[in-house]
Amino acid sequence: MEQQEDVIEIRNLNKWYGEFQVLKDINLNVKKGEIIVVAGPSGSGKSTLVRCINYLEQFQEGTITVNDVELSDDVKKIKAIREDVAMVFQSFNLFPHLTILDNLTLAPIWVKKTPKKEAIETAMNYLERVGIADQAKKYPNQLSGGQQQRVAIARSLCKNPSIMLFDEPTSALDPEMISEVLDVMIELAHEHRTMVCVTHEMGFAKKVADRVIFMESGQIIEENDPETFFNHPESERLKLFLSQILSH
Amino acid sequence: MAVYNKIESRKAPSNSIGFFHWIRENLFSSPLNSALTILGIAILVLIIPPFIKWAIVDANFKGTTRAACTGDGACWVFVKMKLDMFLYGFYPEAEKWRVNLTYGLFFVVIASFRYLKGSMLKLSIAALYFIVAFFLIHGGFFGLTNIPTNKWGGLMLTIVISAVGIVCSFPIGIIFAFGRTSELPIIKSISVTYIEFIRGVPLITILFMSAVILPLFFPEGVNFNKLLRALIGITLFEAAYIAEIIRGGMQAIPKGQYEAADAIGLSYWQKMLLVILPQALKVAIPNLVGTFIALFQDTTLVLIIGLFDLLAMVQLTTSDSHWIGYETEGYVFVTIIFWVFCYAMSIYSKTLEKRFNTNLK
Repeated sequence: MEQQEDVIEIRNLNKWYGEFQVLKDINLNVKKGEIIVVAGPSGSGKSTLVRCINYLEQFQEGTITVNDVELSDDVKKIKAIREDVAMVFQSFNLFPHLTILDNLTLAPIWVKKTPKKEAIETAMNYLERVGIADQAKKYPNQLSGGQQQRVAIARSLCKNPSIMLFDEPTSALDPEMISEVLDVMIELAHEHRTMVCVTHEMGFAKKVADRVIFMESGQIIEENDPETFFNHPESERLKLFLSQILSH
Repeated sequence: MAVYNKIESRKAPSNSIGFFHWIRENLFSSPLNSALTILGIAILVLIIPPFIKWAIVDANFKGTTRAACTGDGACWVFVKMKLDMFLYGFYPEAEKWRVNLTYGLFFVVIASFRYLKGSMLKLSIAALYFIVAFFLIHGGFFGLTNIPTNKWGGLMLTIVISAVGIVCSFPIGIIFAFGRTSELPIIKSISVTYIEFIRGVPLITILFMSAVILPLFFPEGVNFNKLLRALIGITLFEAAYIAEIIRGGMQAIPKGQYEAADAIGLSYWQKMLLVILPQALKVAIPNLVGTFIALFQDTTLVLIIGLFDLLAMVQLTTSDSHWIGYETEGYVFVTIIFWVFCYAMSIYSKTLEKRFNTNLK
């Protein structure tokens, strides 16, 4: 029974960049509606792990199954998975040559063949929700970093994905803009969408995560509910990591 | 500890803005700079007045024969009498309206682009224009008499060659740019081979090959039009350069753009045509226009395979026994025409850059 609820299933995932092993025997199951936060020092492979889930990174060994589709080189499978898995990047990656509105409607119109009028309506709805509907006609570079990241979140929502991946969404932001993005993410978390977030925002993790995962040098070191994770860490390495990030 | 009041902005000091400030900053900022400014002015004084005297003050504009040209100035009578040759080559007098109509339609199309929306519509209009232009200039259909291409010449031939070269090499160049950045080894190596081969050969060689060597491979009796062969040669040559310029533009696009396009589910072609190419072209505009300007000037090389473009017309007209010895006037006139066209392209490139600039603040 429980097996069927898993929307993401990662089995014995191993990945190398040339000689260097970035992911070591990763096993991870994510249930429908679950919110996972992945933490860890830089270079620990956490970004690489989430990027494997929508096949932005290829891997040499192991399997990843998303919504019962096993990832492989098959273009159709990749397409099917990408239609249901959205991704928010550290550097926003909005398309600078398109207006905010066009950024949002591009995929619905070209990939899902949604009629233009309907796509615009949906897009405006999501822009409304992230609080920047009034900027729809502007270009990305005219917006602040926080606004751009909210647009990027709205863009990823436009295809109504069941799974959302966040790759350090607040790391490139000025401090005063972090909270406006986190607020949007917290709101999303309450909607019971499956979320996998790589982030250094421990406050966010405490507030909404169902499970927190600690990675170091390509391995999952510890996996726990937020309460245990932050208050009673078991491994020495996590204790050290927590003391380093929480000490100031 | 202290708390400070808010300070309102003031106007900039008057000696840091304005005309005199600009002159002092840009022309006389240092002794060396001042010396160079004075030297520059001196050179201009030496060159410009004599040229104006020759080209305008002492020049002859009236009359119809070389007898009208007296004095030391330029003999513009020559250019006036041979103007039709310069502009249309041997195109029959009675049919020149067809060329003029094609020019006129061009400006109508360009003007219409300012008001029309939708790139598909614009593309179809442009394609339609080229078909209409072909029928008009070439003839042979709809009751228009056929004007064989050996009658084409002068500025009109220069424009035909460069327009066809630019328009046809552009899509081919894009395809090779995609090919060279492709992850498929076969497509990649074909593109690399093509680009590197063409770039290793001078245009003049390609023109010779198209005119002299190519016919050897055709079976007896098959006669390929000389202009068409030159056009194919120039197009294939130009495509290799355009491919490299566009590839350069594509490399300026951050990896995140490719990833974002992948992540929202676009296919390869959608990603390239909707996300990457528009940005790459924008980056490449100055270089692309630079190549197009070079192409416009390189068309003069068709002289060596017996086509008479604008520059070739100077030689042809001054070999007329009535007008021997007026090369200077001919070359000055042709220079001015080339400069006007190239400068217009340069200006147009600036407007394009501005129009596509979305890096607004």
